[in-house]
Amino acid sequence: MRTLTAFFADGLREVLRGGRAYWTWIGALGVVILAGLVFYARQLDQGLITSGMSDQVSWGVYIANFTYLVGIAAAAVMLVIPAYVFHRDDVKHVVLIGEGIAVAAVIMSILFVIVDLGRPERMWHMIPGLGRLHFPESLLAWDVIVLSGYLLLSVAIPFYMLFSRYQGHEPRHDVYFPAILISIAWAISIHTVTAFLFSSNVARPYWHTAVLGPRFLASAFTSGPALIVLALQVIGRRTPFKVQASVIGLMTLMATVALQINLFLLGAELFTDFYFRTEEVTAATYLYLGLDGANRLVPWIWSAIVLQLAAATMLTVHPLRRRGVVASVACVLAIVGVWIEKGMGLVIPGFVPTPLGEVFEYTPSWAEVFVSLGIWALGMLIFTLLAKVAIPIEVGALRSRAAAPPA
Amino acid sequence: MKAERPAFGSRAVGVTRRLVLAAGALVGTVAALFGGRAALAQAGKAAGTDAEPLSDMLGRLFQKHYQRMSPDEVQEAVGRIERRAKRRYEADITVGTEPAMAGVVFGYALNISKCKGVRKCVEACVAENNTGRDSSMQYIRVLELDHGDMNLNRADHYYEAETVPRPGKFYLPVQCMQCDNPPCVKACPVEATWQEPDGITVVDYDWCIGCRYCMAACPYWARHFNWNEPTLPAEALNTDMHFLGNRPRPRGVVEKCTFCIQRSRKGRQPACVEACPTGARIFGNLLDPNSDIRYVLENKTVFRLKEDLGTEPKFWYFTD
Repeated sequence: MRTLTAFFADGLREVLRGGRAYWTWIGALGVVILAGLVFYARQLDQGLITSGMSDQVSWGVYIANFTYLVGIAAAAVMLVIPAYVFHRDDVKHVVLIGEGIAVAAVIMSILFVIVDLGRPERMWHMIPGLGRLHFPESLLAWDVIVLSGYLLLSVAIPFYMLFSRYQGHEPRHDVYFPAILISIAWAISIHTVTAFLFSSNVARPYWHTAVLGPRFLASAFTSGPALIVLALQVIGRRTPFKVQASVIGLMTLMATVALQINLFLLGAELFTDFYFRTEEVTAATYLYLGLDGANRLVPWIWSAIVLQLAAATMLTVHPLRRRGVVASVACVLAIVGVWIEKGMGLVIPGFVPTPLGEVFEYTPSWAEVFVSLGIWALGMLIFTLLAKVAIPIEVGALRSRAAAPPA
Repeated sequence: MKAERPAFGSRAVGVTRRLVLAAGALVGTVAALFGGRAALAQAGKAAGTDAEPLSDMLGRLFQKHYQRMSPDEVQEAVGRIERRAKRRYEADITVGTEPAMAGVVFGYALNISKCKGVRKCVEACVAENNTGRDSSMQYIRVLELDHGDMNLNRADHYYEAETVPRPGKFYLPVQCMQCDNPPCVKACPVEATWQEPDGITVVDYDWCIGCRYCMAACPYWARHFNWNEPTLPAEALNTDMHFLGNRPRPRGVVEKCTFCIQRSRKGRQPACVEACPTGARIFGNLLDPNSDIRYVLENKTVFRLKEDLGTEPKFWYFTD
């Protein structure tokens, strides 16, 4: 128990230690978070009228970010599988960084749902027993369960690993390995459930397709590893933590294959939709071509496709992918491309036209933009602080004073 | 490139000072936010609206799901609603809790050859159901379509005309279909919406968390959200209410047509039926073989919207 207290005390001390660059970064994030809080307070005060949403388009940029971040949250699994199933020691070394991203992303996605609620103070209505969780009928009830479970796993496993190393011994395989296997299945489930949250709606033909689940996985396994690549490169440069080039290579390759699959599935969907256009394709027409002057999303979605195609080209050509800078640029393009596609590109056309055929467009309000930025900044802050503590423990610089000196 | 980069997190100078500053900024902001709200509340009091008693506020915050309340708890909740309306509108309202009648399942039929698109039903619905006037929420939407066309994507939702019907057009009013297999009910994560034994899908406005998943699930666009505080002039308030119907709704929750539950459960016709000048609307008990609705279903050619979705609407359209 005393060791646990010391662990948190040492962690806190580590978080409060930093140079100018560190504090500038923390300060900048703090300012954005505060701005988000101010706009959220306004939203609580006036209602969701401060958003750009309407009865016609009743979900907007909040749910778009939620959807995207669920994909990022499961990114850690792309490190966990090679590390613990295929026993790649180079990958095992960086798994904790992936878990840090997962924790930050799950917290962000949960926050994006919370800020979208009209009555957040009634969230206790979802607690079984005290409230009434509509399980298993409601897919949103499923999402509540899988996301909170995933958050628990993503916090518990790295905590156990770090705490073991802090005490100077290696984590026990028979303790963490079963948890790791559960977390792999669980990571897949959070994507799948979130895809089903949309595809289960018979009212919305744009979402009501079986390919939505597979496309969620493909795009998540593109943007997730791409984000890990970028994070690892920053950490490798700015901290004493060493990242092997082989890990970056593997992650980039994974992002490449997933991106290729994602583009193939997109093509399959576009063919089925547009070879013979039924009335159910009106939403897709709105998204890709526009409907009589209503075409706000057209440049948006085409930029996503161009970004993904460019990334796919850069990553598919081996000599290009192996060049660090090119791979990094491609990762940025893929991350942004998927964010557009699996964000607003997925959510908004579900509502246009409405089930009664009305075409009413949506643009996020500034309040929504600032609240969203605030949540992103908070997520980055969480990741920064987690990495700040995890890295010195991983490199052996931070150890319990009670622990035996490393051999 | 520098030979030695300062290690990440090496300097501890001035940390305490920075921390104090950051904490100060946070406390200041939060205080400003809440202070502002408190000031607003004070202003409200000065304008003559009494503050909610603490017991009412706590009772409201921890109120149970409607279906789980004991009769006493229902009465307490009704009392809170009535006191709140008194404070807000200075009106005496009656909030009924009439349960579904045995042997009754409500159904609706609409004669599209009689409907002329005058939208009297819409006006009557707004007046009856106390929907927000600022937000101009309406449960009924009348679609104008060209003769020979049933494609809703080509419907005009906002037709403005000196006289209706306009030549070459017909009108298709749409409202909640009270589906027998309602996707909205299935979607709700907290069971805040359910189908009553008389077939009406209702919402417990005090239980809804405002996630709007039901709105995504509804194929008929029948669910509406209170994006701001629903307000209406006190003199426009219909004081004859039902807990599951037209009682005042809070901001941030979803609401919908309830076949005027406050009327229909007392044997009255919904407001839209009464208001229709052409008699296009038929409402009644589907289980009563002698009802008008049963006559229509047995003797007219009827159809339902989006029947292929399997939602089993209890709302039929027919022509003469």
